Amino acid sequence: MSCLNFNVSHVLSQLNLCQYLPFHRQEIMKWNGWGYSDSRFLFNKKGQAEFTGKRYKLSGMIIPGLKEWFEGTFGANLQHKSPPILNSSAVRPPTLNEAFVEELKSTGVPFSHDAEDRVFRAYGHCVHEIFALREGRIGRVPDLVVWPNCHNDVVKIVELACKHNVCLIPYGGGTSVSSALECPSEETRSIVSLDTSQMNRILWIDEKNLTAHVEAGIVGQDLERLLNESGYCTGHEPDSMEFSSLGGWVATRASGMKKNIYGNIEDLVVHIKMVTPRGVIEKSCQGPRMSTGPDVHHFILGSEGTLGVVTEVTMKIRPMPEYQKYGSVVFPNFEQGVACLREVAKQVTPDFYLIFSSGHALKPQVSSIFTSFLDGLKKIYITKFKGFDPNRLCVATLLFEGNREKVLQHEKQVYDIAAKFGGLAAGEDNGQRGYMLTFVIAYLRDLGMDYYVMGESFETSVPWDRVLDICQNVKARIVHECKERGVQFTPLSTCRVTQTYDAGACVYFYFGFNYRGLSDPVHVYEQVEHAAREEILANGGSLSHHHGVGKLRKEWMSETVSNVGIGMLKSVKDYVDPNNIFGNRNLF
Amino acid sequence: MDSSCLLASLHGSDTLLFADMQHRDPMLQKRDEFEDMLEERRNSSDLRYALRCYTPVLYKGVTPCTAGALKNMVLQSAQIHFVIGQVSNETGRAVDDVQEEASAILEEMAHSLQLSTVRFFAFTLSKVFKTLFRSICVNEEGIQRLQQAIQEHPVVLLPSHRSYMDFLLMSYILYTYDLALPVIAAGMDFMGMKFVGEMLRMSGAFFIRRSFGGDKLYWAVFSEYVKTMLKNGFAPVEFFLEGTRSRTSKSLTPKLGLLNIAMDPFLKGEVFDVHLVPVSISYERILEEALYARELLGVPKPKESTSGLFKARKVLSEDYGSIHVYFGQPVSVRRLSQGKVDRGQFNLTPRHIPKRPSEEIHSFVNDSAYGLVRAQEENMVLKPWVLLASLLLQNHHGDQASGRARGMALDELTEQAVWLRDLSRQYGAFLHWPDHVPPPEVVSSSLSLHRGLVTITEGRLLRQAVTVLSCVSYRNQALHVFLRPALLASAVHAASSSSGKRKTDIFNSFSFLRNMFSNEFILCPGATVQDFEEACFLLVKTGALQVSQQEVVVTERGHRTLAFLTSVLDPFLQGYQVRVRSRLRYTEVLSSDLQKNALAALLRLGAVRKIKGYVGFDHPRVPGEFDKAYEWG
Repeated sequence: MSCLNFNVSHVLSQLNLCQYLPFHRQEIMKWNGWGYSDSRFLFNKKGQAEFTGKRYKLSGMIIPGLKEWFEGTFGANLQHKSPPILNSSAVRPPTLNEAFVEELKSTGVPFSHDAEDRVFRAYGHCVHEIFALREGRIGRVPDLVVWPNCHNDVVKIVELACKHNVCLIPYGGGTSVSSALECPSEETRSIVSLDTSQMNRILWIDEKNLTAHVEAGIVGQDLERLLNESGYCTGHEPDSMEFSSLGGWVATRASGMKKNIYGNIEDLVVHIKMVTPRGVIEKSCQGPRMSTGPDVHHFILGSEGTLGVVTEVTMKIRPMPEYQKYGSVVFPNFEQGVACLREVAKQVTPDFYLIFSSGHALKPQVSSIFTSFLDGLKKIYITKFKGFDPNRLCVATLLFEGNREKVLQHEKQVYDIAAKFGGLAAGEDNGQRGYMLTFVIAYLRDLGMDYYVMGESFETSVPWDRVLDICQNVKARIVHECKERGVQFTPLSTCRVTQTYDAGACVYFYFGFNYRGLSDPVHVYEQVEHAAREEILANGGSLSHHHGVGKLRKEWMSETVSNVGIGMLKSVKDYVDPNNIFGNRNLF
Repeated sequence: MDSSCLLASLHGSDTLLFADMQHRDPMLQKRDEFEDMLEERRNSSDLRYALRCYTPVLYKGVTPCTAGALKNMVLQSAQIHFVIGQVSNETGRAVDDVQEEASAILEEMAHSLQLSTVRFFAFTLSKVFKTLFRSICVNEEGIQRLQQAIQEHPVVLLPSHRSYMDFLLMSYILYTYDLALPVIAAGMDFMGMKFVGEMLRMSGAFFIRRSFGGDKLYWAVFSEYVKTMLKNGFAPVEFFLEGTRSRTSKSLTPKLGLLNIAMDPFLKGEVFDVHLVPVSISYERILEEALYARELLGVPKPKESTSGLFKARKVLSEDYGSIHVYFGQPVSVRRLSQGKVDRGQFNLTPRHIPKRPSEEIHSFVNDSAYGLVRAQEENMVLKPWVLLASLLLQNHHGDQASGRARGMALDELTEQAVWLRDLSRQYGAFLHWPDHVPPPEVVSSSLSLHRGLVTITEGRLLRQAVTVLSCVSYRNQALHVFLRPALLASAVHAASSSSGKRKTDIFNSFSFLRNMFSNEFILCPGATVQDFEEACFLLVKTGALQVSQQEVVVTERGHRTLAFLTSVLDPFLQGYQVRVRSRLRYTEVLSSDLQKNALAALLRLGAVRKIKGYVGFDHPRVPGEFDKAYEWG
């Protein structure tokens, strides 16, 4: 059997010829915004919104409603631009630990102390981080970047770091939204960013057990594509999957939008290998479940880079779905939509995924007059005949995957339940559009920042009976806080339910506001987000469903997990990393 | 507690939080202008007014809900289901049976607000009000604030309670200004008047039993009923914090039950906020004036009955002056609770399972209730008569003590009244003294409105006592203005040495007095230091005292103020002494209200103890100390 595995992995490594993420990511990705450099929203000379590049379905298209929506929602004006200041020269020279660098050279692991490489790894994607970069304000950044190529390289680097007392910050996809990557300003040691991007191979696929053993630096889209080539998938698809890495998922307890079918990261991993200052931690077998005391995987899952570097993971895989079908349902209001989701979560075995939104959809221009005529009719039907208030209606997008028969059966079941809650089937197009949007939506924020609009999303998980109340209160709190802080235009404050569980749901909040006239918009933003998080906690929501704690939310950790809980976490940290080599100071 | 910190804590910002209010100079308080709403009624058709188009805007634009639908919502709520199950388990009764009981309770309780009844009242009350009152003055800015609040948040109206009239008056005003009609918590005793009870029910009253101590089901139905109305924003909920009408015009210590229920939807995150609107209703002459005085002397309160109401018609022929209704700043429960309540405490049990409020919540509700009653007090309009009553009473006591009975010369009264006018303004009183009218005229016109009280003739004690207690009730309207300075003045007075007095001694006396009187007056628990600072500030400001780090000195010109202030508290002090010994100097000491409060205070202080229905001294020290410290020659 092991022989077979070897053969498979051999074949794969043949396929895996190109480097998916280059050493110098800034060559293809923005250093002060989201995603690929060639892909962005902009308003062209005619004032129409357009998405550039060739990578996405939306690329090269005009988005007709966006300008009106953008101006109407935020009171933004295309005349008032706030372009980024491109200035990466303000980077302080690195503080190098010479002895460490000398020994590192002898290991042959590539490294760099080039300013651009260092700045790129100093930030995640919180609004304050991006805003500072756009303004050309650069704080403490790593002094050195290393690119280990495999598990053994990591072992060597960690040993050297311990020997020379150097601070290590693991860096995967860099998609953090919890200030987890920020270098602690109080850190006086040399900070080394450990970039896992070169550890991106699938080492083997085990078709008998349906598992794959993968290096932790692989990013989501590469993992999925490579597995697809062999007819498999993991089904783990967080919104950030184009850039986020397997190791990052493990370290933050990530969740993907198809989790109803495939599970969250903790359900998907079978085996984890992590390098810590004390040595390597891993289980001795690949048993699917064990009763061997507290699961040591759970010290690793969510450790946010404070204990070590995840190097290799064995994951469950599934054959690619035979059949996929999108769908969507329009509800007269959010309340009925949520009631429907709750019912669906009760009745239907989870074989589909759904996201659920209230509010606006981006819609590319469709050339056929006939289609838009039909759309118009549909809209009239929904608002006039069915009496839906266009300002209150909300849309649930659905994706069914699996065996064709089952998919159709589930689809019917879901639509039947939806009908009981006043939902109307709104077609596959809307569903597909919703799915496509998840990947481009992150680019929208950069467009906003070009025109004095600052935005962010944050999430929580909450029991079912609290969903509506938390949505109402957090949205109201955001509006209220903005008003208190002198924000001129009513902010965008909206939410959607993105995951359903037996006992509750994951809720996303979107918050954006026009910051013209504010002297310190980031501070205002931070105060509002802080207030919103307090509101979430006061309403029975969790500190985080899958974004993690990082440094942004750590002030609430002890009330979240109790003082004893913090003590337990700290004692693990004290044992595993007594000298705080993994010194990013996340979590507590 | 030193003067520097005292000054540092003064600021004039206009904030909704009454915690801050106690620190700033009361004179800086801004108040709205009044408009007389009867004026229009005198100039246009009452019928057209009663039949006009009435389209109030509700919370978030919800559509009003029929009384029947509301009952269904309550009976189907998770909380009622849970409690029905619990009661059925505990008592072994069938669920259906308990369910029926719940439904019967709700039937007995629920309002059945009908616009036609409201229109009927609008018509008849217009007629009645026009005959009884010269004017009904309302601060229209307050109405606008209320209108805004009703659209944004569930609103609770908290009027002061001095008369049966209060709640009809409130609905009348809201109807006039096209605001959503409130639903009002009323005591079951109204239901004694069958016809009137039903009329009130149809104008928005819902009825609650006076006591239902251990009845879980009753409590659940009641609280769910109130919460359902409140959180859906079907109507503003109105109730009286003081629980019952104050017979003495002194605010009563607040009852917490309904306030607890009203805050619950916010604390449990069911609504974003709840706004509490204190409303101060001041009557120039209270309809029940003589009735109250008799009641306080032990003549039993007449049972509410329809025929009794008709007998009371004779009150219709008299002049009751004007009414002032002041809608205060809406108080946000959210802001009020900031930093005081951890709402996360409801995260670990389902919210529909009833739970006793935690210690934290209890004290939060308690503090809020006191703050709200104080907010009511602060916006009570005082008429010149209130000051005159205070002066006349002090003079009357003097007369009694010396055995003379000559009353007071009019010019002397006027001079004192002007002096007291200025003092009370300095203390932040909301005094309606017509400054453009010469003081003698103000005095004589005030006296003429109350001619039933001031033409005192020698008579039997009871008759005189009724008159005195009526006057006392007017004087009491101003008590909140002088209360804290008066406590300080009495404490200063009690301190032995005549020139310089140690500040700590005075603080201790102040604290003792304050504690003793906490059943008598609205004194927020735990705010002793704050009150002391406030009192010091006011007396220093008016030049009556000089306060240094260590010492308190009475200034030359301060003696008059201090004498007045100590006399304000004097009857109460004596009243409490009468409880301890038996001697009678002030007629008002006969008031059953004072006696009840005094007894409660003595019990609380541990001076006496209840033994099988009798009350006996427990500790001889307290009365002794009491005498020593507060005996006047």
